[in-house]
Amino acid sequence: MSDATIELRNLRTYFPIRGGVVRAVDDVSFSVKRGKVLGLVGESGSGKSVTGFSIVRLVDPPGQIAGGSILFQGHDLARLSEAEMRGLRGSRIAMIFQDPMMTLNPVLRIDTQMIETVLAHDRVSHAEARARCRDALGQVGIASPEERLRAYPHQFSGGMRQRVAIAISMLHRPDLIIADEPTTALDVTIQAQILFEVQKLVATFGTALIWITHDLSVVAGLADDIAVMYAGRIVEAGAVGDVLNNPAHPYTHGLLASVPGRNRRGTRLRQIPGMTPSLLDPEPGCAFRTRCFRADPMCSADPPVIQPAAGRTARCFFPIQDVVA
Amino acid sequence: MSAMIELRGVSRHFGPTPDIAARLTARAFAAIGKPARDTTVRAIDAVDLTIARGEVVGVVGESGCGKSTLGRIAAGILAPTAGTVLWQGRDIVMLSAGETRAARLRTQMIFQNPYASLNPRLRIETIVGEAPRVHGLIPPGGFSDYVDAQLRRAGLDPAYKRRYPHQFSGGQRQRIGIARALAVRPDILVCDEAVAALDVSIQAQIINLFMDLREELGLTYLFISHDLGIVEHIADRVVILYLGRVVEEAGCEEIFARANHPYTRALLAEVPRIAGGKKAFAGIKGEIPSPIDPPSGCHFHPRCPHALRRCAFEIPTLREIAPGHRSACHLNS
Ligand SMILES: Nc1ncnc2c1ncn2[C@@H]1O[C@H](COP(=O)(O)OP(=O)(O)OP(=O)(O)O)[C@@H](O)[C@H]1O
Ligand SMILES: Nc1ncnc2c1ncn2[C@@H]1O[C@H](COP(=O)(O)OP(=O)(O)OP(=O)(O)O)[C@@H](O)[C@H]1O
Ligand code: SF4
Ligand code: SF4
Ligand SMILES: [Mg+2]
Ligand SMILES: [Mg+2]
Repeated sequence: MSDATIELRNLRTYFPIRGGVVRAVDDVSFSVKRGKVLGLVGESGSGKSVTGFSIVRLVDPPGQIAGGSILFQGHDLARLSEAEMRGLRGSRIAMIFQDPMMTLNPVLRIDTQMIETVLAHDRVSHAEARARCRDALGQVGIASPEERLRAYPHQFSGGMRQRVAIAISMLHRPDLIIADEPTTALDVTIQAQILFEVQKLVATFGTALIWITHDLSVVAGLADDIAVMYAGRIVEAGAVGDVLNNPAHPYTHGLLASVPGRNRRGTRLRQIPGMTPSLLDPEPGCAFRTRCFRADPMCSADPPVIQPAAGRTARCFFPIQDVVA
Repeated sequence: MSAMIELRGVSRHFGPTPDIAARLTARAFAAIGKPARDTTVRAIDAVDLTIARGEVVGVVGESGCGKSTLGRIAAGILAPTAGTVLWQGRDIVMLSAGETRAARLRTQMIFQNPYASLNPRLRIETIVGEAPRVHGLIPPGGFSDYVDAQLRRAGLDPAYKRRYPHQFSGGQRQRIGIARALAVRPDILVCDEAVAALDVSIQAQIINLFMDLREELGLTYLFISHDLGIVEHIADRVVILYLGRVVEEAGCEEIFARANHPYTRALLAEVPRIAGGKKAFAGIKGEIPSPIDPPSGCHFHPRCPHALRRCAFEIPTLREIAPGHRSACHLNS
């Protein structure tokens, strides 16, 4: 038995649509141990959110899990009944959705929704639940929490809604949090406050964290491990420092080169040439080959998962060599 | 340089929650002759802002400080509670109905939330192509080609155009919003966290597109972003907001090299770096100020390491401290 809080083995989540099958998640495996943080990054549309939805079993029909297993503390989530899954969701497993309005009900006041969440899994008095909600809002940097509890979601700014969703996810100190772009709209100060609270949760309660983001500097500061997705697959994974300092996969390399700080002000930013491949019935072979500076005719076969260095994987025929050193 | 948009002394306040409980409380307080606690949010407070033709003005500030509210006022889709908005030199409340419609069309906004801003019942091709078709921007028979070109430009595969918004990822929806805004060939683009949901490579592609459009068509941008790296890259001038007020304003290079206001300096000091490695994040020190009950004097004084006694009761005015560089801080006088 592994001591992983969450382990994905060869997960596949497909959307059958008119004209074919969208392979949103195609053979994804990773695991996160107790008290550890995995940064999940990758191209927009590469399947990060769908991976998260699959774990909490909220994939939008007709999409469905087409294969693989999802082990939470050793138990396969796919075997649980809908009622058992509901019992876990919100209490032991929480997801912070990319769209905060998936968590928030637009016609209910914030206090109504938050208190309901507390009472759904904990037997405490109403007053106690309210106090917990107010403190939770304070922890995510919302000023005047007492007044703000009485507001409706539409009266909040974008970043404030995001923070309410974060506060709700932490109410029950879950064993696993999947945070999908939780700080996209937050300035550095508030973001630091939230990451501070998150680190505290991880350190104190051993919460395992999957942090989905485009912000590589946040991953660098927060995560232990990183997994990079491209076209439904993990193309590179390993310890954060190793991967960010010495990317082995050409996609990761291109991504890092596009960071504005690595480009001169006012000049054109470097971008990876070409366009994202379609996930609709993809052809075999490396999905990155039409855009890759290292591509070779050999890349029209499926690349193997290799280990460019200890503790690292890359899905590529010709990984960037200097990492081996 | 002529001003494309000018805001003069613009404020926007949001009234207290109009629900039954609040109304009953207010009535109960009124009955005993006391006013109820005021929960008005002062989202924007006496802001002056000029955006010149062809300029890129970056707006930066803490979450909840009023950036989106400012953007919506500049885009003409939210009325200020006080102050004047000039569009190409003319007060927008004086424009005729037709002129207002034209101004709206020429000023497009890319909304912060890519989920809430697309009509879930419309196909992508309608979302992107309908407005330009209605306004006669598409030659007869050219609808399909026009939509394809708009989508491709935003990095989306035109093969997806008959799908509905829910079938797209967050970043793909954001690009649909960008394609929709650009499709009507605007003069001004208000970008509210317009690239926040994109990975850095696609983000680079969109930023490059924005810069190209500026070169080719002289587009004007109000660019709201919390990402200082992007603002530094694209903006000509940067405006720093704090709790609804402009606290500093300067040319881009100037502000990144010689930030004056203590809030701006604190902000720049916290920019995270990839090279930093794993670190312990620090929480905010002191009370986070609220727009419901803003601190007196300088809004920043409870958090300011340099606060003077007068900062607690005297509002600092925005004053020029170097050519084109304005800051609102008592340390400058
Ligand atoms: N309901 C659906 N029907 C068909 N395709 C879908 C559906 N939902 C998602 N997809 C597709 O699945 C792919 C993966 O989507 P996902 O939302 O996981 O991307 P992501 O990596 O989270 O991207 P982003 O960073 O932009 O949020 C996308 O290409 C998307 O178009
Ligand atoms: N419709 C509304 N009713 C009441 N209050 C509102 C409304 N819209 C915004 N506010 C308040 O106005 C303030 C500024 O909101 P705004 O959305 O402009 O902030 P922002 O700077 O864009 O924040 P973020 O970076 O989080 O998006 C917030 O305190 C918010 O709660
Ligand atoms: S397998 Fe080939 S095409 Fe794919 S990333 Fe590696 S070198 Fe590039
Ligand atoms: S006016 Fe005073 S409190 Fe405000 S920023 Fe300047 S020194 Fe700090
Ligand atoms: Mg997503
Ligand atoms: Mg906003």
